[in-house]
Amino acid sequence: MIEFLRRLFGQPGSSATAKERLRLVLMTDHLELAPEMIDAMKRDLVDVISRYVEVDREKIDVSFERQDRALAMLANIPIISVNRPNGTAEHAAPVSEAPAAEAPVAEAPVAAAPPARKRRRRAKKAQRAPASPAPAAAH
Amino acid sequence: MHQLQSESPQAQPGTAAAKLGRAIVLTSGKGGVGKTTTTANLGTALAIRGARVVLVDADIGLRNLDILLGLESRIKHHLLDVLEERVSLDDALVPGKHGDNLFLLAAAQSREKDEVETAKMQALIASLRERFDYVLIDCPAGIELGFRNAVAGADEAIVVCTPEVSAVRDVDRVVGLLGNRFRPQLVINRLRPQLVKKGKMLSVEDVNAILRLPLLGVIADEPAIVVTTNKGEPLALHKETQTGAAYHAIAARVAGEDVPAPMPPAARTSLIERIGTLLGGKRA
Repeated sequence: MIEFLRRLFGQPGSSATAKERLRLVLMTDHLELAPEMIDAMKRDLVDVISRYVEVDREKIDVSFERQDRALAMLANIPIISVNRPNGTAEHAAPVSEAPAAEAPVAEAPVAAAPPARKRRRRAKKAQRAPASPAPAAAH
Repeated sequence: MHQLQSESPQAQPGTAAAKLGRAIVLTSGKGGVGKTTTTANLGTALAIRGARVVLVDADIGLRNLDILLGLESRIKHHLLDVLEERVSLDDALVPGKHGDNLFLLAAAQSREKDEVETAKMQALIASLRERFDYVLIDCPAGIELGFRNAVAGADEAIVVCTPEVSAVRDVDRVVGLLGNRFRPQLVINRLRPQLVKKGKMLSVEDVNAILRLPLLGVIADEPAIVVTTNKGEPLALHKETQTGAAYHAIAARVAGEDVPAPMPPAARTSLIERIGTLLGGKRA
């Protein structure tokens, strides 16, 4: 019955997915940043953040989004531990917005999207963020 | 990103060169979107309108245009024979089966794309423009040398796109490569109105919101195309069919007539969908 109703009222079609994928792929096409350049940028970004918190380099996700005419770079960088790599720790979580112990993932929007949107995305991403592999270290 | 093109269909280019025909390349980047079918049908429709038309199959090594026109058994010489001056142009041009306005210059089947010299290709297209009203060049898929050679002698472009992410992306790229000089116009091929209505296929608006090209027309995906391809008779020979008429409308627009861009008939609404609408259901 539910299936019947769903069919009756229509479900969201895959064309919306197609549109979104197309939008994103063209955005990166038009960026004309070589993939190596994006990789290098990612590395540098992580190096800076790693000075403050230990991050999961494997799970870093950098993407580009456009809203109206502004292009935004969104970096999703899972934090493994707030321990500073040099061993001091605890109070150091300047990158993450929420108190570090509760926030396994810090979003670092780098560019020009309007603030309201950034916040919304951040919230959304935080929800589906992978659980922190190591319990975030508030010893 | 590419620039917006002029709105109106082109008039004959340059009044000073009014005697020269128009050389239009049909291209898409991606393969299998219907370049060759579009070339065959547009050429047929233009010829039926009374223009003298030559179709040039620039897909060296993968000759196909002859099949769609039903001329495969009549090909004796090909493009490279002419470029390499083994035969005259007149010997290589194969008259179409219907009427005497349409000619085909076939691709070489057993040769490779990089055996074509760009300058010679340019010269060939130039000499064809002196003899025909329209020179339609069927471009190979890809953006390598074959593409560059096909485009070299053309002064206009028609890009063929299907409502798929990959096809739109490739057309976007090709249009970027073509630049402004070719004033590319768009044919959307293989649209399935029923799927669009259900939100399962990109719509004409979706596609052109991204490409932003002057739209020549939209061709539906329909079984008749397969049948006519099987027979080697372009659907444009049958103006009484919906799709045949659509190709004629596209031809009219290419010729500069102010007719609306053909669209496939709207998808039928089933009883159950009507009930759904009545109940306030929303279609995605």
